[in-house]
Amino acid sequence: MTAIFALIAAAGTYATALMFGTIGEILTEKSGNLNLGVEGMMYMGGIFGLVTANRYEALVGETGSVGFIAILFAILGSFAAGCIAGLIFAFITVTLRANQNVTGLAMTTFGTGVAKFVGEHMRNKLGGYVSVSNHLKESFHQQIFPDFLKRIPFVGKIVFGQPHFFYLGILVAILLHLFFTKTKKGLYLRAVGESPATADAAGINMTRYRYLATMIGGGISAIGGMVYTMTTAGCVWIEGSLSGVGWLSVALVIFCTWRPLNGIWGSMLFGSLMIMYLWIIIPFFPQELYKILPYVVTIVVLIIASMKNNKEKQPPANLGLNYFREER
Amino acid sequence: MQNCAIELKNIRKTFGPVVANDGINLQINRGEILCLLGENGSGKTTLMNMLSGIYQPDGGEIYADGRKVTIRSPHDAFKNGIGMIHQHYHLVDVFTAAQNIILGLDEAMDIGRVNTRVKEICDRYGFGIDPKMKVYDMSVSQKQTVEIVKVLYRGSEILILDEPTAVLTPQETDKLFAVLRNMRRDNKAIVLITHKLAEVMAVSDKVAILRKGRYIATVNTKETSPGELTDMMVGRAVTLNLDRPKYDNPEDKLVVEGLTVVDREGIKKLNNVSFTARTGEILGVAGIAGSGQKELLESISGLYPVKSGSIKFVNTDKTTVELVGKTPTQIKEIGVGMGFVPEDRLGMGLVGSMGMTDNMMLRSWREGRGLFFNRKKPQDLADRVWKKLDVVTPSTEFPVRRMSGGNIQKVLVGREIASHPPVLLTAYAVRGLDINTSYAIYNLLNDQKMGGSAVMYVGEELDVLMELCDRILVLCDGQVSGIVDGRTATKEEIGLLMTTVGGKEA
Repeated sequence: MTAIFALIAAAGTYATALMFGTIGEILTEKSGNLNLGVEGMMYMGGIFGLVTANRYEALVGETGSVGFIAILFAILGSFAAGCIAGLIFAFITVTLRANQNVTGLAMTTFGTGVAKFVGEHMRNKLGGYVSVSNHLKESFHQQIFPDFLKRIPFVGKIVFGQPHFFYLGILVAILLHLFFTKTKKGLYLRAVGESPATADAAGINMTRYRYLATMIGGGISAIGGMVYTMTTAGCVWIEGSLSGVGWLSVALVIFCTWRPLNGIWGSMLFGSLMIMYLWIIIPFFPQELYKILPYVVTIVVLIIASMKNNKEKQPPANLGLNYFREER
Repeated sequence: MQNCAIELKNIRKTFGPVVANDGINLQINRGEILCLLGENGSGKTTLMNMLSGIYQPDGGEIYADGRKVTIRSPHDAFKNGIGMIHQHYHLVDVFTAAQNIILGLDEAMDIGRVNTRVKEICDRYGFGIDPKMKVYDMSVSQKQTVEIVKVLYRGSEILILDEPTAVLTPQETDKLFAVLRNMRRDNKAIVLITHKLAEVMAVSDKVAILRKGRYIATVNTKETSPGELTDMMVGRAVTLNLDRPKYDNPEDKLVVEGLTVVDREGIKKLNNVSFTARTGEILGVAGIAGSGQKELLESISGLYPVKSGSIKFVNTDKTTVELVGKTPTQIKEIGVGMGFVPEDRLGMGLVGSMGMTDNMMLRSWREGRGLFFNRKKPQDLADRVWKKLDVVTPSTEFPVRRMSGGNIQKVLVGREIASHPPVLLTAYAVRGLDINTSYAIYNLLNDQKMGGSAVMYVGEELDVLMELCDRILVLCDGQVSGIVDGRTATKEEIGLLMTTVGGKEA
């Protein structure tokens, strides 16, 4: 039992990256755009977050650098990278009306390619590796709650022993939830994803909603990539370290039935399943089998959701489809 | 005139080479119900879509309250007080009625206030919906109510309803009409798009008639009769000089009795349909689009589930086989050929990127055994169709998608009749074809008929039906309103049958 609690507590770091990736994609998909390029966007967020922090430090010098500002730069750098990727996706699918699946897959290749190119380029230029100084590394890993809270039995470490990005992620999830359920703009955005024709007939500018949702969603997903690089990967650019996180996020969106609040515990669950092989060891059970567990769970959830035929738990009705006004 | 809410002057709209509307003049008055009457494809919906901002007119002017206006988007339409209730509802399934109603409005999101206002509107015009109900839990008529409330909530003074009764039961229709009358009393302008004469007579003050995209006339309902309206709707008979050879010895081939089918929503698409198709005869099927023609052919060929009734195929030795309950493949083997030309020619019948030969093979792939197919026979067939029907194509391997519409149709029809089925079902076989190609198709059908097939021909053009068919079965609202002799029937007679359910004045 303790092992399970310890596992969940340890999963928080990995889960944070998933959480951002998932929440960003939920925002994108709620607008009806199925951007399968999450993997690429997270890669871009990973390298550009690291590079902005690295450049900031190079600019002000190691001694003058402030942890908080470095984090802010990393967030902005990765967010901007994700926004641009989202903008490209939106332009290709909304304006040029290309197939979303193909475009999304192309974005994956494009994003990973850009990230690896920039990463290698920087590595060569800086001589060996791209990273930040040790004291900045510490601020990226910092835990914000005092120690006595973490000593609360069982849940203490899970709830209070996480890096600050974790709580930021929860905040974003809650804000997004409120946006969807309580605001007019959120209602309109959902209408665009469910039925663009209806939204259009009601005078909602569906192009603007799709562009903005895809860009901001891409930005949030990209922050997830930055979080992964700066925490799990230890602030160092390792080619290929991010691979699979984006795809896991796409699966998690389905698992969460497109609800941001489910993304919080969903990413904890997926994170736990991903690192379970380190904590709960079953003899002769290979690592790779552990790693497919999140996908197995997603499939099970899909089967249950389709069996129950619950209308509230379905994907946005127009997910993945482009809209032409005069085609009807 | 103060009473005039909207005036259209000389409106024209084209889609590529197709003229959908031309020279339309129309006046919509407050405190009046105007029916827009016309056959399918006469341009009623296109015209109203220009008022609601979906399409832009290519020519002509629109005046609202005497001011000239341009309506670029649905939003502009609302600003001019125009609200349209489309045939396909524009509702978000997972939202509540209230959420759907406030979509796109500039006011703050205060669901409580929305609910009260919705209730006010409902009480005023006499309908009831629960604003908190989710759309996916609603019946068709409730969804329609939400659409109407949505438009009224926006303060629309001019309501356009596109075939609102098509999906309603008679009781629901009565209720809707009561609401419309209440709106008329409230000095709103109402436009009802329809092709059902009975409804026109029951509810409207004025009727505007369109035919083939052109404006014919506006008449006062009180001063007209269904017969007169039909005349204006179908137009004068035109002589086409089609061949109609007489076959000497017709025999019953397909006996349909009491055929009833229902669609997924439980609406009767065919109601107690009975008729006999005979060898050496072309049986025409007339009716306004959506009266059950598609369902009739599909249930005969086994594609549509039959609720009750029987379809019997008569063999040459007078024994009969029941087709209901058989799979489409079995029915085809018995000898019912389907030359169904779908609305989207390439969508259902042919694979666009494949050549003629490969498309021929789509019909015969079941024949032959083994891993590899035999291209010889389909190749021969393709060659035959190519030569006999004058298909214009560089080779039988040329992708059919890149042929012209008429040639595609020839391939499709040619493939179906190649096997000389005892029963040949065709629908819209000449849709979109030029005159010469159409005649080629008519000749093919006549060949089949003289070869002893029972041919069923679903068509849109009454003139063609009257000259080509030996007998004409007229459908209205899923029921047979009459079977007339093609040689003696008049266009007026058929037109009236097309618009009267069950063949009686409704």
